Amino acid sequence: MNQYDGRKITIILIVCVIAIIYVVRLFFLQVVNSTWKEQATALTEEEIPLYPPRGIIYDRTGKMLVTNQTVYNLMVVPKKAGEFDTTSLCKLLRIKKEDIDNLFARARARGEFHRPQLLVEQITPSDYAAMSEQLYKYKGFFAESRTLRVYPQSVGALFLGDVGKISPEEYKKNPYYTKQEYLGKSGIEKAYEQELRGVKGINYAFRDNVGNIKEHAGDKEDMPATPGTDLICTMDADLQVYGEKLMQNKRGCIVAIEPSTGEILAMVSAPTYDPNLLVGRVRGHNFNVLNTDPQKPLFNRATQAQYRPGSIFKLAQSLTALQTGAITPQTRIHCNRGVIGCHGGHSNDDLEMAIVHSCNPYFREVMHRVVEADRDGSSRFKDARLGLEIWQGYIMQFGFGTDVHCDIPGVKTGSVPGVKFYDKWYGKEQWAFSTIYSLSIGEGEMLVTPLQMCNMACVIANKGWYVPPHTVKQIGLGGMPREEYMKRYQLGIDSSHFTTVINAMEKVLQPGGTAWRAAPKDIVVCGKTGTVQNAGGKEDHAVFICFAPKENPKIAVAVYTENAGFGGTWSAPVATLMIEQYLNDSIAESSKAREKTILDANFLDR
Amino acid sequence: MSAPRQHPLANVDWLTVIVYGIMVLFGWMNIYSAAVVDINPSPFDISQEYGKQFMFILISAFLALLVLYMEGEFFNKFAIFIYGTFILLLGLVLIIGTTVNGAKAWIQIGGFALQPAEFAKIGVGLMLAKYISNTKTRFNSWKPRFMAGLIIGLPAVLILLQPDVGSLLTFVAFILALYREGLSGNILIIGLGAVVFGVLSIITGFNRINYPFFGEQSGVFVLMTIVFVIGVIFMFLIRNFIVPRNRRKLYLITFLSTAAAIGFSYSVNFLVDGVLQKHQKTRIYVTLGLEEKEEDREAMLSDAESADAAAVTTKKKDDPGYNARMAKIAVGNGGLIGQGYMKGPMSKNKYVPERWTDFIFSVISEEWGFFGSFAVVALFVFLIVRIINMAERQRSQFSRIYGYCVASIFFLHLLINVGMVIGLAPIIGIPLPFMSYGGSSLMGFTLLLFIFLRLDAERLSVFR
Repeated sequence: MNQYDGRKITIILIVCVIAIIYVVRLFFLQVVNSTWKEQATALTEEEIPLYPPRGIIYDRTGKMLVTNQTVYNLMVVPKKAGEFDTTSLCKLLRIKKEDIDNLFARARARGEFHRPQLLVEQITPSDYAAMSEQLYKYKGFFAESRTLRVYPQSVGALFLGDVGKISPEEYKKNPYYTKQEYLGKSGIEKAYEQELRGVKGINYAFRDNVGNIKEHAGDKEDMPATPGTDLICTMDADLQVYGEKLMQNKRGCIVAIEPSTGEILAMVSAPTYDPNLLVGRVRGHNFNVLNTDPQKPLFNRATQAQYRPGSIFKLAQSLTALQTGAITPQTRIHCNRGVIGCHGGHSNDDLEMAIVHSCNPYFREVMHRVVEADRDGSSRFKDARLGLEIWQGYIMQFGFGTDVHCDIPGVKTGSVPGVKFYDKWYGKEQWAFSTIYSLSIGEGEMLVTPLQMCNMACVIANKGWYVPPHTVKQIGLGGMPREEYMKRYQLGIDSSHFTTVINAMEKVLQPGGTAWRAAPKDIVVCGKTGTVQNAGGKEDHAVFICFAPKENPKIAVAVYTENAGFGGTWSAPVATLMIEQYLNDSIAESSKAREKTILDANFLDR
Repeated sequence: MSAPRQHPLANVDWLTVIVYGIMVLFGWMNIYSAAVVDINPSPFDISQEYGKQFMFILISAFLALLVLYMEGEFFNKFAIFIYGTFILLLGLVLIIGTTVNGAKAWIQIGGFALQPAEFAKIGVGLMLAKYISNTKTRFNSWKPRFMAGLIIGLPAVLILLQPDVGSLLTFVAFILALYREGLSGNILIIGLGAVVFGVLSIITGFNRINYPFFGEQSGVFVLMTIVFVIGVIFMFLIRNFIVPRNRRKLYLITFLSTAAAIGFSYSVNFLVDGVLQKHQKTRIYVTLGLEEKEEDREAMLSDAESADAAAVTTKKKDDPGYNARMAKIAVGNGGLIGQGYMKGPMSKNKYVPERWTDFIFSVISEEWGFFGSFAVVALFVFLIVRIINMAERQRSQFSRIYGYCVASIFFLHLLINVGMVIGLAPIIGIPLPFMSYGGSSLMGFTLLLFIFLRLDAERLSVFR
């Protein structure tokens, strides 16, 4: 034993203190602090998204309108490719040698030489089948499958909408998507994006230190993708095809709605285009072509064009006046053409005949009586403000000035000028009815969309209510539409008031009416023509709205043909042919001449 | 040796042998896990690290048995010879050695390469034991200190010439054994103080500070000023509170230690800034947590998220902190119970560097969790304390000193190897005894341990 024996304890103490420090450190690293685990996961785990197939869209009769096709993207990992027979590969893939050289150079410059690069995009299945027999010889080359939209009927481009790559703004708003993802850009594709896209799955994989991806990541279970929901849309494909045919060589649109349900049967915006043009490799090029076309084929005239309604607006005027008590069906007003012009031979019509003749002075006086009803005797300026407020309330109930609660993305609301508008325009109490009387015949500052016009036809057909127009009938085969499209919007107008208007509309298509030549045989159509004047000497816009049959209406149609002329001549035949096609599934011999006139007409250069 | 010769395996400390066995086999298991990437081939495949390690285990077992069957006296008698042989080998390797990773440290024999540095510790341990036990020195004069320094320094210098800083550092371990034999404890305290003060100097020196009058200078001058002020305050304290006759000596001590501290502080910085190469400098900064700034970490994470592994990979080459960080992430990823054997994502996907050699501990930590890493540290502490206790029960001073050398070497390897994995020590490439892959290190550590077990087995038959 010597004096240094105690140093054993010191040494053991040093060992133990270090060991305790290490164990505490290990405990903090491994158990207490979870950031290391997050870092490890971020480094080693790759979540490979599994893209579900997008839902298929059928028309109301079960025809497939939109479906998916598989295409192949040919990828290459430059680092793995090594030496290969470039000439025969180029021949096989039908590309130039420079394409490969450029791609490799680009990959090298970006430091992505070991990552997959896209060589050939969207190879069709049949082409790919031919290639794949040879492809195995080339190391580092492989194909990834992608799905694209395809439109077997080639109709309804704007109705169905399109799918495109996500924009930076959309990416910011939606955490669901990755930067490279595709989503609905317009129409049903956009409105029902959530239903159509399904739910992405996740394939957990490992990424090693140089970026190679290995399948299976430990204990985490992969999530399979849920396919998108199929939709049955409200469109009748045959009717849509026929409508697009009728509108060939014209600018304008057709909207057809089933009044009892609000289902949009057809929505044509002319000139139209084949939706298959905006798919796949050709999308970018075609989009530019369509986007710069002066006829604006990408512009959905049915929902986005805002026109002055013209004479068809007299229907809403009549109903408003009847409801406010300004007139009765028997009210006769002298056709005083001093203030406002008129046409045809009539002088002292009652309401029904005023609608049939589309008498301008009659409706000027009708609106006069609605707006200036002596509610405030002190001044006609104050009186007009009170009256216009009431008038605007009724007009907006028809859906004018609103989006009609419709499911189509990007619909315009048009405008129903009210007190505020004119106060701003002319100054408070600086205007009276005499200032704004153009409104009475659907001219002036009033703007409506064709969709709203058709909705008004539905309101009249239903005698006082409408279901918001919509494009999808069943979410999931056998499913229901969205809840809001099963509700009626009831207008505050008694159904009894509609009888006079409907009778008048019936007479419009009878001999003596403005559209009598367009009347089909055996179908009672109720309609109203309109002819909207254009500034600058251009031909008038031809407008027509109608529904049929008179009892239990099955279809309401609005037609707007730009720069065509009289509504009765150019739009009414389109509408009645649509009705015939929809109700009878064919065009009667007696209507063939009319059909030919329409098909031959060309207003594109006007 | 008058007592009748007992069976050679009698009195062997089997508990230590069992701990050794557990460590070696557990190490082999984890080498297999670290080296296998995709499919699970036979663990005996001789072309692979784990297959070779299995062979090394067999050879080591044979060597261990051989040592146990030898006479302990042999190691005492031939200590100088053994020491000399290893010195010769260390000299030889500088001439005919093969260079791996920049160090000329390997002697190629047939298909295998031996690393003499891994064996040289045995020679040094035996030689120190021999010298001290022969001279009965207490290290209270300069001669034995110098001799001991020479015994340790000679192989150390040869290793430095390779150069292999890692192996060199393990020779510091012997100071602990010398301390047990009477070397002044002040050395340990001064050493510890130097480490703390050195770290402080580097940390302050890392920052650039804008001084009044002098402009932007190294932050170490703040530290030096503080030391100077403390020194002056001490001078005043001595003048006012100490009796005059003691003042002279205390003035001198205060003056010298203040000057030494300032000089040390400055020279450490000079060394780090001026002498060390960039990667060595960065290693030190990384260990002290100076380089790993929060934005770096976030940048790395976002790289990983953007799936741009290329960026991470390029970073690896430029960023010396990468290895340290990957090892730490792997350890942290283990959690309490680990990711499971053969299932560690960080090691399986090759993020952990040098997985089966120097960083085997991070593989173990990731796959076996805190339980596993704790168990390994505990096993080592058990082994070291056990050896110390065994050393203390020796009648022969030679055996005791050698035992302390063995314990100290294991301790230093544990200190540095585990320390670097968990980010408490700089990245220094030395193996974890018995667990890291490598023939030379396994055989070297086996011989080191079993020579002591042989000596211990004879403790009763040896006279003082």
